[in-house]
Amino acid sequence: MSLLALSDITIRYSRLTAVRNVSFSMDEGEILFITGPNGAGKSSLLRAIAGVTPVAGGRIDLAGHEITGQAPENIARLGFSMVPEGRDVFGSLTTEENLLVGTGMHARERGWRSRAADELEAVYATFPMLKERRHGQAGLLSGGQQQMLVIGRALMTNPRLVAIDEPSLGLAPNINDQVYERLIALRAQRQLTLLIVEQSSARAMMVGGRMILMRGGQIVLDGDARTLGNGEAIQAAYFGYEDH
Amino acid sequence: MLQILFDALSLGSLYALGALGIALIFGVMRLVNFAHGDVIAFCVFALLWPSTDAMAIVFAGQLPWYLLVPFVLLCGAGLSVLCEIVVFRRFRQANPATMMIASFALGFVIRYFLLMLFSSRPKSISLLPELSQPVEILGARLPLLQLITIVATMVILIGLTLFLRQTRFGLEMRAAAENFSMARMLGVRANRVIMGAFALSGALAAAIALIFGAQTGTLDIQMGASIMLMAFIATVIGGLGSLGGAVLAGFLLGAASVIMQVMLPIDARPFRDAFVYGAVILVLLFRPQGLIAARGTKERV
Repeated sequence: MSLLALSDITIRYSRLTAVRNVSFSMDEGEILFITGPNGAGKSSLLRAIAGVTPVAGGRIDLAGHEITGQAPENIARLGFSMVPEGRDVFGSLTTEENLLVGTGMHARERGWRSRAADELEAVYATFPMLKERRHGQAGLLSGGQQQMLVIGRALMTNPRLVAIDEPSLGLAPNINDQVYERLIALRAQRQLTLLIVEQSSARAMMVGGRMILMRGGQIVLDGDARTLGNGEAIQAAYFGYEDH
Repeated sequence: MLQILFDALSLGSLYALGALGIALIFGVMRLVNFAHGDVIAFCVFALLWPSTDAMAIVFAGQLPWYLLVPFVLLCGAGLSVLCEIVVFRRFRQANPATMMIASFALGFVIRYFLLMLFSSRPKSISLLPELSQPVEILGARLPLLQLITIVATMVILIGLTLFLRQTRFGLEMRAAAENFSMARMLGVRANRVIMGAFALSGALAAAIALIFGAQTGTLDIQMGASIMLMAFIATVIGGLGSLGGAVLAGFLLGAASVIMQVMLPIDARPFRDAFVYGAVILVLLFRPQGLIAARGTKERV
């Protein structure tokens, strides 16, 4: 059974249809890139899975539960962790407080405090820079540091699926390389299932895995990132042949 | 001199507590709760037995202080949470202007409910009379009540700060105040945080009710509105949503009022409030975002 399944999802913002009848599913351990030009509906799709944007039609299943129309806090409890576009660091909180916000959802379980402490140490081991700045205000971190912080924050809830919306946005290329290095290392370490939205398909081709290309609210291509990337189909799909 | 300082501090305490009650709710749901003043009035009248007679029939007001204080605090928190569940929960997706108008309406409902039970005549009550005895500090004679007001406000402020900084719930509230939907995506329960904010805000309203009732000795169903106006102005000057700013601005407003009362020429004193509001306009001209801008309300770049 797949970990995440979307069937026939449509998302509308008043009269504008952002996503039209999109279906796909993801297995545990998979890495999936959703790419496509601006306005393709990639972010809307992620926000719909997270439960912050309502869907106009279709059904979403996560880990064997239907989550269509559920509250974001309940979807998070099923193991979905989101790193939104623009990062959304809690700037007035300290770095460590940012990391701890998400651990409260397990507060009903026994031994959650010690597990949260272990998670915190694990995140600090991956991102030592966060430990150095643990008591500093998170809003004062640099863009790259904030990106590491929100990835760490997403991991603190011990998720089964991590979705990241445009991690490259606003980062210098070398910082972006570092972010991806850590992500790939983390994925190997924890058998994470990753759903990453990126505007360019270059990163997906570099990292490998599966890639879905969206355009105008629909899926145009779905397949192995490296095979797709070398074909001419992607050029055509990206720029849209039907417009000519 | 000392007398002026204490007057300023005790008046500022009232404004600061009121501003804090408004800022707490604004922080988590971007609602300017104009019903806050009527929650204050409700808490005062909770001390009386409902009657339209001119003579107040004191009911809960006769309790010893260690029962009276928790009773009133519970009344405030309870009413405030009830308002959330019955009214504001339905408006959560609405825009801030709609919510604000709903809060006006709710305030009128509470006020006319009190009017129905107690009539519009002000009632006099002697609440905790032992507190009006004067005490002598550094050569100044001050009412004990004023001292208690200041001390109680400090205790509340320190307690609230510790609560927000040290507890799990406080952490979730601060996160939610800054970015509500991100906090929810991290599993923070929206209903719990919002109800917590309303409960705290209601308890703060009750604290004001107690202090105000003991200070003035008269109960009037309009009484919440005057404090509410000042408290609202304090939250705006402080930077909407910023708790520290609200407290600071509350004390500044209190100080400004007391200082103008003393310094203005006798003929101008009846217009004191006009001068205070003038100062408010000046502050907002130079710092339209408030003294301490709250992060969550800043525009994102």
